Amino acid sequence: MIKVTYIEHDKTSHEVEVEEGQNLMEAALDNMVPGIDGDCGGVCACATCHVHVDPSWVDKLEPMTDAEDAMLGIVDERTENDRLCCQIIASPEINGLILHLPLGQH
Amino acid sequence: MTDTIVIIGAGQAGAQVAASLRQNKFEGKIVLIGDEPVLPYQRPPLSKRYLAGELEKERLFIKPAAFYDKMKIDLVLGDAVKSINSQQHTVLLNSDQIFHYKHLIIATGGRVRTLTCPGATHQHVHYLRTLADVDAMHSDFTEGTRLVVIGGGYIGLETAAVAIKHGLKVTLLEALPAVLNRVTSPEVSQFFESVHQQAGVTLYNNTAVTAIEESDAEDKAAIVITDKGHRLPADMVVVGIGLLANVELAAAAGIACDNGITVDEYGRTSIDNVYAAGDCANHPSSIYNRRMRLESVHNAIEQGRTVAAKICGKDKPYNQVPWFWSDQYDLKLQTAGINSGYDQTIIRGDITSRSFAVFYLKQGRLLAVDAINRPAEFVAARNIITKGIPVNPQHLQDDSFAAKDLAKT
Repeated sequence: MIKVTYIEHDKTSHEVEVEEGQNLMEAALDNMVPGIDGDCGGVCACATCHVHVDPSWVDKLEPMTDAEDAMLGIVDERTENDRLCCQIIASPEINGLILHLPLGQH
Repeated sequence: MTDTIVIIGAGQAGAQVAASLRQNKFEGKIVLIGDEPVLPYQRPPLSKRYLAGELEKERLFIKPAAFYDKMKIDLVLGDAVKSINSQQHTVLLNSDQIFHYKHLIIATGGRVRTLTCPGATHQHVHYLRTLADVDAMHSDFTEGTRLVVIGGGYIGLETAAVAIKHGLKVTLLEALPAVLNRVTSPEVSQFFESVHQQAGVTLYNNTAVTAIEESDAEDKAAIVITDKGHRLPADMVVVGIGLLANVELAAAAGIACDNGITVDEYGRTSIDNVYAAGDCANHPSSIYNRRMRLESVHNAIEQGRTVAAKICGKDKPYNQVPWFWSDQYDLKLQTAGINSGYDQTIIRGDITSRSFAVFYLKQGRLLAVDAINRPAEFVAARNIITKGIPVNPQHLQDDSFAAKDLAKT
């Protein structure tokens, strides 16, 4: 199991165990992390699973696709550390990952 | 007595209302009633990854079972509401249970339009709306099966794409002159027709089914007969000819309906304390200056949020740019807006490259976009339409002008 921490805007922290291969939008839904909606079911079509990746982890993730980059064009509060977490797949390399939830998704 | 909110319909909209009520700190009782015997689930993958066998059933569920326990949402599944008594503030279920409500939300969605021709109830005929519908298709969805798809809308085309991938022999019949006729332009229709034909689908436009007969042969096939004289043997027939809004319960309770249950921008119906959301609701759009009834996940979710907010005393008028998506083969179609009434199309990119966008304008104003493998154009168009940003047709057409800059004022 891979450990991922989601931190809400009010600093409430949700530490969850994720199975390898699962995407981090599904993991958030399964563990009732508020602020992650995943309206499109994880096909990179809606941008409702927007997260800010903790700066210490940005370089350790697989780079995003052009499609994900484009979809992020619709979110408010975009920063250079942003991702759609349906596109982040749990792997041993990301064990301990920290994601911050944007204010707008509450 | 604590306030009770009853939600009729446990689809995307109903589940959203329940979840959003708790998010808005509603502390009373919530009863979510669904006629299907399963947890609320997402329908879009049914004709895509779930039909393809690429997605487990549990992944369709909008929330895990534990969510409803934790949030104290009472699920009543496999039971349906028989009638609403808006004077008594009660609903009566098939099981004869009665629930009293302070607020009632009607999120009854829609049901498939069915064939009416002779033989329409043949055992090989399937519809695609529910999880059970798709589960009933899986066993025949195998290599070599002769599949006739009736209807060239999103459901029919997505089914055809998955079927081709699984080695079925696919014939698709469309009664109108083009596939996706009601929702897109001739350019996009022709593109999807050629994509399906190249993939191996036999496509007949302007062709209506007149009867379905039993084959005399040993294969027990259905014979699909058309007004063009075809007699097509089929091991499986999938019908996707549209949705009918489930308004009967509301209408019988005296709630105003006109192409759906009539609601205002807060989801309120013509009767106090009764709301409607999702596929069954007909709402005003100030973006398009008319009423509309939409069949989409986004609409269901956002109307659900609006209704929950209103009940909790917060005004969150529903006024969003509709959007839709469809996955077929390697193509992702993303549509933003409603193109109805357009007087100009602008094509950006090369259609033959399978990556292009078609913008729809009316008197120079952007109404909608169909973006095929073009997420940046989809995003730009959503922003442009939402904010009413003026567009420069030259820039829309010029593929070297960055898509993300299109939405800059």
